[in-house]
Amino acid sequence: MFNDPNDGSRLVPYPSGALVPERDLGKTPILEVRHLGIDFGGLTAVDDFSLTIGRTEIAGLIGPNGAGKTTVFNLLTNVYQPTRGDILLDGYSTAGKTTAQVNRMGIARTFQNIRLFDKMSVIDNVKVGLNSSTKESFLACMTHLFGYRKAEKLAQEEAMRLLDFMHMTDVAYDEAGSLPYGAQRRLEIVRALATKPGILLLDEPAAGMNPSETAELMENIRKIRDTFQIAVMLIEHDMNLVMGICEGICVLNYGKVIAKGAPEDIKSNPVVIEAYLGKKKEA
Amino acid sequence: MSQKAIKLLGGSRPVDKNSAITVSIVVALFAVIEVLKGTGHISNLLSGLLVPICMYITLAVSLNLVVGILGELSLGHAGFMCVGAYASALFSLVTKEAIPMTWLRFLLAFLIGGAVAAVFGLLIGIPVLRLKGDYLAIVTLAFGEIIKNLVTILHLGVDKHGLHFSTESVAALRLAEDGRILIKGALGITGVPKSSTFEIGFVIVMITLLVSLNLVRSAKGRAIMAIRDNRIAAESVGINITTYKLFVFSLSAFFAGLAGVLYSHNLATLTANTNNFGYNMSISILLLVVLGGVGSIRGSVIAAIILTALPELLRGLSDYRMLIYSILLIVIMLFNASPKLVALRERVSPKNLIKRKKAQKEVQANV
Repeated sequence: MFNDPNDGSRLVPYPSGALVPERDLGKTPILEVRHLGIDFGGLTAVDDFSLTIGRTEIAGLIGPNGAGKTTVFNLLTNVYQPTRGDILLDGYSTAGKTTAQVNRMGIARTFQNIRLFDKMSVIDNVKVGLNSSTKESFLACMTHLFGYRKAEKLAQEEAMRLLDFMHMTDVAYDEAGSLPYGAQRRLEIVRALATKPGILLLDEPAAGMNPSETAELMENIRKIRDTFQIAVMLIEHDMNLVMGICEGICVLNYGKVIAKGAPEDIKSNPVVIEAYLGKKKEA
Repeated sequence: MSQKAIKLLGGSRPVDKNSAITVSIVVALFAVIEVLKGTGHISNLLSGLLVPICMYITLAVSLNLVVGILGELSLGHAGFMCVGAYASALFSLVTKEAIPMTWLRFLLAFLIGGAVAAVFGLLIGIPVLRLKGDYLAIVTLAFGEIIKNLVTILHLGVDKHGLHFSTESVAALRLAEDGRILIKGALGITGVPKSSTFEIGFVIVMITLLVSLNLVRSAKGRAIMAIRDNRIAAESVGINITTYKLFVFSLSAFFAGLAGVLYSHNLATLTANTNNFGYNMSISILLLVVLGGVGSIRGSVIAAIILTALPELLRGLSDYRMLIYSILLIVIMLFNASPKLVALRERVSPKNLIKRKKAQKEVQANV
């Protein structure tokens, strides 16, 4: 189940001490988060969150309910502006950018509660993802001239390729809202991939899936990483999935990082076990 | 890639057909009316309605861009029409002698009316589009009223010293002897050339229709509908919401301005009141959009034609006219929105009948 240590997935430290997979060592990390924190009124939701993710790393973010995992995703995509700390995406700070700008800089995400464009067709959902790379001016869109046809054809081909990648071409012209649950989750991933991200954030991608669907999802996540050579960071409660595909895992509790490391280390870490299961009663 | 996918890649998309049908309906109706006009089979009553029908189609389609495609409720559409009407009327009045060619003057009037309305749309859109839902509706309603009321008190004259403004009276303009009054407050603008014809109205309808239909089937159109369906997800895929909202709002205002130009060049005297530029008008346009189906451009066209012609055609009923009209509105609304009637309509629609027959044949073939 664990990653093969010979494919370069073994975690090794950067000079800064942050752990990344061996094969990503020589490159700038795709994401570098330093002492990130946010307060809502008097409540500190996330505090001193630091994390480094390698170029092609599959990273997991786990923790009990309410630990602040989704808040971290919202901070990374600037849905919330952080109170403290820095986020460096491919070496560039995302401070002060809008969510849309951060996406164009290279972070794409899915949502815990699926957020598709329900009334649009499946392929149109993907084309919306392609939007920022489609070269269609407002004038071209209104007249269907000035390079409209060429751009539309490219978008159509690209969208079909992406759908094919996740085996969704059969439902390309169905309404997105009418898809079964698992397919909706897959479509969200395709739409996120369409924005050509450097890192893909998946918020509970296996929620509500049965074991065989989860196994397929794990395959897909690996395939995405291998094909597009991007990093994937996922929030997940399904420990089989997390331990099966993640190279580095970060455990969050009460908004603070309580452990970081390879799956084997996390599994046997007493602090993590305590956070999930509670303290052992003294006999 | 699967066989089916390859077929879909090359094949035409169902949406294309839809737009073609809408455009064909409008062109066919135009042709029929032109023939009837040519053979003298059209009553005075109906021929007087032709330009207003074109105007209402333009207004309904353009409001549908905001309400149906962008998904924001605007109740100030008549305000933009008012701006377009006054700007173009003023232009035509001033340049009546300077530009003798009617077609050129009218073309410029359309461009000016549309552009000024679009600028107003942009200016109002910047603060207003931060709001959502009911709040946006109320604020746009207020803006529409402000525009109408400002126009009502506006006095404008010109003499050798230049332009004179006043919000009080004609006398307050203090014009020189040779001065000429352009806008007389509540009495409005007189002497605008009556250049609007059904043919020009048709051209305006076609422009509005084609641009709107094209936009919906394009990258930007998809982005706009994405904002409507899920704002947060749209942001997460890199769509700059403010840009798109402002674009749709000012495009819609531009077309409303064009409708205003048609309106102002179809009257001897242009004045602003509740029924033509106030909230009554805004609600009437919204009614067309809602009855035609929010988001359905073809629906807006059909609703505009029927509901504009209806009150006039019912004129024979005299006192009962508005009663019958209201009942018809309720019936159309039920027909469009009642779940059971919608289901019934879908069952008997020719498209579905063909589909069902095909499916039956397939089942039989498989057995």
